[in-house]
Amino acid sequence: MTVVPNMPKAWRIETKPHKFCPGCGHGLVLKALGEAIDELGVQERVVFGCDIGCSLLSWDFFNADTVQTHHGRTTPVMTGIKRARPDRICIAYMGDGGGYAIGAQHLVNAATRNEKITVILANNCNYAMTGGQMAPTTLPEMKTETTPYGRDVEETGYPTQGPEMVAAITGETAYSARGTVANLRQLKNYLKKALQNQIEERGFSFVEALSACPTNWSTNAKDTWHFLEETMPKYFKIGEVKVPVKEAKESNTSQGNHTKQ
Amino acid sequence: MENPVKIALAGEGGQGVQSVAGIMVEAANDSGKEALYIPNFGVEQRGGVSVAFCQIGDEKIGSPKFKKADLVIALSDRAVRRTRQYADQNTVYLYDASIKGVEDGLPQEAKKVMAIPALEIAKKELHPRVFNVIIMGAAIEATKIVGMEQAKKAVEKRLGYKFVQNPKLRELNFKALEEGAELVRAQEA
Amino acid sequence: MSMPAVELEAKTQRKQAKPIEGVKKVFMTGNESVAWAALAAGAEIMYGYPITPQNEIMHYWTRLAPRYGKQFLQTEDEISAGFTTCGGVLAGKRAFTATAGPGNILMQESMSMAEMLRLPTVVIVQQRGGPSTATVIYSQQETTLTCFGGNGEGLRIVYSSSSHQDLFDYTIKAFNTAWKYRFPTFVLGDGYQAKMRESLHIYDPAAKGIKMEKTVPFVGQEGMPGVDRAPAHLRNTFNTEEELLEVITGYVAEYQKIAPEIIEYEVIETADAEIVLVAHGIVARAAWAAVRALRNKGVRAGFFRPITLRPFPAEQLRKAARTAKKLLVAESAQGQLLKLVQEALYGETVPIATYLMPGQGITAEELSDYVMELRSNKTNREGGSR
Repeated sequence: MTVVPNMPKAWRIETKPHKFCPGCGHGLVLKALGEAIDELGVQERVVFGCDIGCSLLSWDFFNADTVQTHHGRTTPVMTGIKRARPDRICIAYMGDGGGYAIGAQHLVNAATRNEKITVILANNCNYAMTGGQMAPTTLPEMKTETTPYGRDVEETGYPTQGPEMVAAITGETAYSARGTVANLRQLKNYLKKALQNQIEERGFSFVEALSACPTNWSTNAKDTWHFLEETMPKYFKIGEVKVPVKEAKESNTSQGNHTKQ
Repeated sequence: MENPVKIALAGEGGQGVQSVAGIMVEAANDSGKEALYIPNFGVEQRGGVSVAFCQIGDEKIGSPKFKKADLVIALSDRAVRRTRQYADQNTVYLYDASIKGVEDGLPQEAKKVMAIPALEIAKKELHPRVFNVIIMGAAIEATKIVGMEQAKKAVEKRLGYKFVQNPKLRELNFKALEEGAELVRAQEA
Repeated sequence: MSMPAVELEAKTQRKQAKPIEGVKKVFMTGNESVAWAALAAGAEIMYGYPITPQNEIMHYWTRLAPRYGKQFLQTEDEISAGFTTCGGVLAGKRAFTATAGPGNILMQESMSMAEMLRLPTVVIVQQRGGPSTATVIYSQQETTLTCFGGNGEGLRIVYSSSSHQDLFDYTIKAFNTAWKYRFPTFVLGDGYQAKMRESLHIYDPAAKGIKMEKTVPFVGQEGMPGVDRAPAHLRNTFNTEEELLEVITGYVAEYQKIAPEIIEYEVIETADAEIVLVAHGIVARAAWAAVRALRNKGVRAGFFRPITLRPFPAEQLRKAARTAKKLLVAESAQGQLLKLVQEALYGETVPIATYLMPGQGITAEELSDYVMELRSNKTNREGGSR
């Protein structure tokens, strides 16, 4: 008798084991997302969109209708679907390059318009699918294929602060947070709140998840975990950056451990 | 005149060239003729001369713009210089008599060149705002594309909502049409 | 959140209201006629980004659409307008967008995805001058881009309109062709057609016996995925060359099979013609008027107009060309239609003269003058070119 590992109900068992590298954070983000979908009971209504980059490998991940789009363009595709079918729960899943570089205009404008979609972005500090180039989220001094001597902030600036940017430009009824695959319970909680915001038709919701890429970081298990838990949060603060006004009024305890400056 | 009749109307922004062109072709369309009108627009028009290209005939019109017009009406000195290219020996060329110093820019070869005092009449006898309607009156008289009654109907259709509030405006606009036609008749006589 | 019953009823009534009853003669701009056609075709949502000369399609749509329970979204750019249109189609709606020039370039990315996913998108292109910003006025320089833009094989359907009646007819037809065959479909107009006013008949498709193709959602169907039905897993990425080849070969075979059903063209007086004028879009009007003028002068001129540029009426053109002594290809571009013609006529010996005016309108007078010039042998060694 084969032992089937415990998987979220929303996952599609036929396509497991999944296609991500060993130690990759995507599987964990998608596990938290699967559980969030299960707990909210919305699987039947979910339309999932994935980007280019490693996120595209999730195109057959869920037992949910899925569209794999172009680099950075998942946000407008999901926006188009949501506008035409407001009863669907539209989730755009992408990496840091897709959300903060090539598709930044889409993220910014979807947030500004307060589109009732959920954007989930995996931040692993590099372009992984293309072989580990500098991303908008690459840390200062961090070595990548296009910054072989380390990222020089004088030349290429500082890492993008995504949830903070979204919080600054989106509507009062939007949700923006940063979680990490190092704390799946918290990440699932953020994802649930994000989806809840869409379910209740309040507004835009955005969750960045700090994620791991041992393949391109060239790290062993211990160093991977250290980078994820110790190094990344120095630049990327974990917590909720914006909670919808209605929710904030109801409870102050939901405020994250870091607030917008 | 040729079939279709080709008219180029040119002036400065605000002189109402495009709106009377629109009324004129609509009058023709309503009378059962084929009409085509295209303005110049965008960067071409901003800060430049506004030109309305109109064609009216009995059959479907071919290309929307044309090289030579049967009637050119120019309402400013810049418009005179801009529309020079549309005139040849078959063209009737009208310009406002108030435009000075453009004699060298007028098409010598044109069938007929006429200066009409439309602006003066608008200012002194009617109202500056009906200047373009006087021009429309002149255009339909010079081309006979539609009759006076049809022209009035088209003006009524476009401006009727204003006439309801102020019936005197109707009288003013109709007078302008007739005055415009009269200016051309006087020159042709 | 539920809607009050009264509001819901009003919304349903708006959705069921017919924008046009029967057939109506109107006098309007081309952009306006496109908006009416989309309404009449039952288009449900437009996504768009401002660019001259297509803006008034959006302007009329945003004024008319709410009266009939239709939607509009102004996006952040044409990349987004194209991809949101893909989204609308994925959701099972007759969705469309309109663009021109540099916007058409940006839209190629989404349209290449539409080709790969076989999405029935509808795009109205009102060509302006190129390359770059060029003019906002007019050209036929987006022919190649609209037919073959994207990193693919040009598996699209392109109707080239030449009048407001065409814009209206083919906008309605574009929705049906797209949804029937599942290839992205374009109506290729231009700035002249966009901005000029002329008469046309607008109509309720049903009044002309036109049945609108049914639309079906690609995602978001009813039922629990994986339980009641398989989930829709749509991808445009493939792992191996062989996998891609198989997919594309299948698409190409299907495209070639349906091409004869889609191809449209106009051919007049070519049987005895010494010269056949070949033109598309608004230049075809000038060409047709020139042919009439030439016939009146006793010159045996003929006329061929491809209405579909993709797929191209190659067989039909070959037939017309075989009896002609010469062809004259006229277009407001430096040989974009010419390339399609040359490909169609490969192996034929008929000389091809050209009249190429990139970014400028062409009149009937200049075409008939040029034909007279060609006949008097004053022009050039081979076919004659300008």
